[in-house]
Amino acid sequence: MRTLRDALITFQRTPLLSALSVTTIAFSLFAFGLFGLVALNIREALDRLEDRVEIRAFIADSTETEQVAQAAGDIATFPQVLSAQVVTQAQALARAQRELGEFRDVFEGAVLPASIDVRLKPGMRDPATVKRVAARVKAFPFIDDIRYGEEWIEKLYRLRNIAGIAGLGLGIAFAAVSMIIIGATIRMAVLARAKEISIMRLVGATDSYIRRPFLIEGFTKGVLGGLLALLLTWIARTVIDRYLIQTVFFDGKLIALGLLAGALIGLVGSSVSVGRHLRRI
Amino acid sequence: MIRFTHATKVYPRTGTAVDDVTLSVGRGEFIFLTGPSGAGKTTLLKMVYMEERPTTGEVKVSGTSSVTARQRDVARLRRKLGIVFQDFRLLENRTAEQNIAFALEVTGAPQHLIGPKVARALTQVGLAAKGTSFPRELSGGEQQRVAIARALVNDPFVLIADEPTGNLDDRATRGIFQLLRDINAAGTAVMMATHNLELIRRQEFRTIEMNRGAVVFDSAEAPR
Repeated sequence: MRTLRDALITFQRTPLLSALSVTTIAFSLFAFGLFGLVALNIREALDRLEDRVEIRAFIADSTETEQVAQAAGDIATFPQVLSAQVVTQAQALARAQRELGEFRDVFEGAVLPASIDVRLKPGMRDPATVKRVAARVKAFPFIDDIRYGEEWIEKLYRLRNIAGIAGLGLGIAFAAVSMIIIGATIRMAVLARAKEISIMRLVGATDSYIRRPFLIEGFTKGVLGGLLALLLTWIARTVIDRYLIQTVFFDGKLIALGLLAGALIGLVGSSVSVGRHLRRI
Repeated sequence: MIRFTHATKVYPRTGTAVDDVTLSVGRGEFIFLTGPSGAGKTTLLKMVYMEERPTTGEVKVSGTSSVTARQRDVARLRRKLGIVFQDFRLLENRTAEQNIAFALEVTGAPQHLIGPKVARALTQVGLAAKGTSFPRELSGGEQQRVAIARALVNDPFVLIADEPTGNLDDRATRGIFQLLRDINAAGTAVMMATHNLELIRRQEFRTIEMNRGAVVFDSAEAPR
């Protein structure tokens, strides 16, 4: 009880510095949050797109139907493959006409090649796996050509990685700054209470007891910073959602992780500082 | 109870503060520690409550050895000691009662015991009526009494007093000294560093004189 009261006193004593430390933690996590949101949404988009990832292997005209069917059966047994379906010339034409709607006349009397359409299992749709499976399919002698959306998949993956790394880099930089600021507030708090601390020691308070309110203070600031960051990120997301594109937000687990990160920044910052300054009293 | 064995304290900058001291303090003793400024009295007392540890040799207090004690052991030891200083070291923004209760709170004493213990300590030092006064509202002698009450509240086996009357006039000095005698009579050992030779001369208590870090006279060893 006393510890908690002591921890809260600092907020009253140095309101500006306390607000500053909460804000920097918030910005640190906001940077994490924004880029995390970008990464999350790209991932979401990738998942949706990946659902449509198909490897289409075009079959040479003269190939026997049985041979094609057998090959499709073989491909279906690849561990990464969800299904391998034979699309005949007639089916290909029908599909093209259906997909292109009003331009269907273009295909009047056209001949489209038959193909084996390969769909991959979820989690096996990253560029490397797609490429590997495509190469294996291409090894069948009657496969003329093979298509899969290699370029845009790779671009999206790269974008996601860049967003992730940028968020991480900025977040870590901000986290370092907030730890330094928290350290400074703790230093002031320790010095302001130097006499009290020396008396505590004299009458036999343990170091961990003396340290506790400062740690609680750091922890509280971290959690407050986390909540503020959450609010900022949510506002940013709402704005983007309304004026730009539809986006998804973090789930409960990621939110908890964010708050935990804030608490950790606060705790580490205060713990390092209090350890250093208590030794001087 | 307290035992110095060839204890020497050397500070890197100022040199030797305590030089090869061997002595022991028994249960319930009253000891005057005297000698000129810089003789090493304060350092010797600091070694008792392990604010300082000897550079060589050992100090053993109530089973806690300066050689092996960890921070936690030192904290625990101090709960069995009472320490008072010339400058009282009271918290200005707390009342007398709160200053005394502070010593119990920060060592995790059960809440329901704090009130009665504080009241008893205040009565013991003759300040039962001044519990709600702030230090600035008390005289020097009264402030030192509050500090002594804080030192007594944990029922220490020894009271360490570093020049407790250094800031007080004659009358207050006599009062504080009488209080220390009463405390001693009730069974608590007292180690008191003082410059006040007048005070010592009138007493029969054991006197240890220090000079340049060494014990130059100990009435317990001198022929009577």
